[in-house]
Amino acid sequence: MPNLEQVARRIRRDVIQMIAVSRSGHVGGALGVAELLAVLYFDQMKHRPGQPDWEERDRFLLSNGHVCAALYSALARSGYFPAEELLTFRKINSRLQGHPSVHDRLPGIETASGPLGQGLSIACGVALGLRLRGIDADVYCLVGDGEMQEGQIWEAVMTAAHYRLNRLAMIVNWNGLQIDGKVEDVKNLEPVVDKLAAFGWNVLDIDGHDIGQIREAIRTFKRRESDRPCAIIARTVMAKGVPFMENQAVWHGKVPSMEEAVRALEAIGPSEAFSDLVDLAQVHA
Amino acid sequence: MGTESGRDAFGKTLLELAEKDERIVALTADLSDAIRVHWFAQRFPDRFFQIGIAEQDMIGTAAGLAMAGLIPFATTFAVFAANRANEQIRMAVCYNGANVKIAVSHGGLITGEDGATHQGLEDIAAMRLMPGMTVIVPADGPETRLATIAAAEMQGPVYLRLTRLAFPHVTDGIREPFVIGKARTLRTGGDVSIIACGIMVGMALEASEMLEREGISASVVNMHTIKPIDQETIIAEAKRTGCVVTAEEHSVYGGLGGAVAEVLAEHYPVPVVRVGTPDTFGESGEPHALLRKYGLTPEAIADAARRAIRKKKNLASLTG
Repeated sequence: MPNLEQVARRIRRDVIQMIAVSRSGHVGGALGVAELLAVLYFDQMKHRPGQPDWEERDRFLLSNGHVCAALYSALARSGYFPAEELLTFRKINSRLQGHPSVHDRLPGIETASGPLGQGLSIACGVALGLRLRGIDADVYCLVGDGEMQEGQIWEAVMTAAHYRLNRLAMIVNWNGLQIDGKVEDVKNLEPVVDKLAAFGWNVLDIDGHDIGQIREAIRTFKRRESDRPCAIIARTVMAKGVPFMENQAVWHGKVPSMEEAVRALEAIGPSEAFSDLVDLAQVHA
Repeated sequence: MGTESGRDAFGKTLLELAEKDERIVALTADLSDAIRVHWFAQRFPDRFFQIGIAEQDMIGTAAGLAMAGLIPFATTFAVFAANRANEQIRMAVCYNGANVKIAVSHGGLITGEDGATHQGLEDIAAMRLMPGMTVIVPADGPETRLATIAAAEMQGPVYLRLTRLAFPHVTDGIREPFVIGKARTLRTGGDVSIIACGIMVGMALEASEMLEREGISASVVNMHTIKPIDQETIIAEAKRTGCVVTAEEHSVYGGLGGAVAEVLAEHYPVPVVRVGTPDTFGESGEPHALLRKYGLTPEAIADAARRAIRKKKNLASLTG
């Protein structure tokens, strides 16, 4: 198994390089979910990158689609498509659309997303369908904390509990920020653990950057000790890994300048996993 | 002559399909009786998903079921699917190309006493706008049965409009098989072409009989598939008769009338007169009284036909 810290760092480097080259994209959330995706795609999920339609695969659905740069990196680096293709992110005719699409046939994408609040409903449908068909697979759905302001998320939360979807895990990227500022100032969602528990979910509350805690949470989910769906509140820092960007709402969608991107890569540090997509310092110079 | 409501035909056909194909599943948003999926629920409880009063969730869940290899029929009222869950249909179903069949009752004014909020008069237009969506408005019970079967057999999103009330059958005599995207012509005439869908097909036939007595020969075309629309038949009719009337239990904006006008304006411009509801909401009332009040009657179609013929003649005298 590859070193998951190194993989997370590679995902961070990919995100910065992709967005710097495309001049468009969302760095904050993408940087924040690096550990989550590293653990899922390189450790905990049962999947075959060479066989994206393998029926028994665990499914990962990204609901907060704007953090897709990180998902694309995890997919490419785990072998779904060539890493070079990552640099076509958001470019015309690319399979790597600005928000994930099935329409453009990028291997590994289970659903389109972007308009917030929809992914969990879809994940419930997948979980229901797999169970009906007797397919032994888990379903993971990553959502954003701000995204939980969408009513449809709570509709799906109710569906999952009602149908006892204990093979469904909702991972919430809890960085406390959204476009217009702090979640608590825009429309407070806390105490989210209590809320989800009241809705009938089994809730785990972890440090979303701690590989050990992430692995342990997923293992708990997989043990299925109850018939309740599992929510993993992953407390993260927006733009984690780049101190001059960390915890500032503006980095939800602001594109770093080439100079900022180079500084960001220096802050993230090198990764032993795989190689850089591009040498930005050269491009910048 | 038989009468069967679209929703009854749908409910029974869905059950038959499900007996043969275990991939067929059904969902509803607390309207199982109204959309006639309660029979399905009783017979196949494991394959029936009650999502409660949460239409957006229902549509997303249906998309997920399709992704897991099933053939979901998601059911509710027209307004709650096409309007309330519009964005979910757009993204979760159409943009994903998910094999979801959305079957709705209560499109049109025959919703009746529940009133404007429950009368879907914009749904055909809304669903036409979705890339990849197939929109079918069957003319009667038997055609609804065929449309349900065809919807289940085809790959991709389908929007199927079911009539709430029973109307006399109009397709019983048709030999032509039901093919999605291929209109079925009930009468061929030379003076005017009446292109209709849903309950307006039967009214178009009545109108054509009235017109016949006045010496006007009208075609009656059952355009059950609004998308993809049968351009060939529309153009062929326009070429033969020189003027067209459209009739739908729906707004005159953007539905069947809009689609036909688009085709003719670009390919073979002739006068088009649209029968449908004007730019207005409906209201509470007994269904047939509402149809009369809002001009969805055989008389209105016949009147539109006479106007269309007058426009044709005026044009001819201008250009002739």
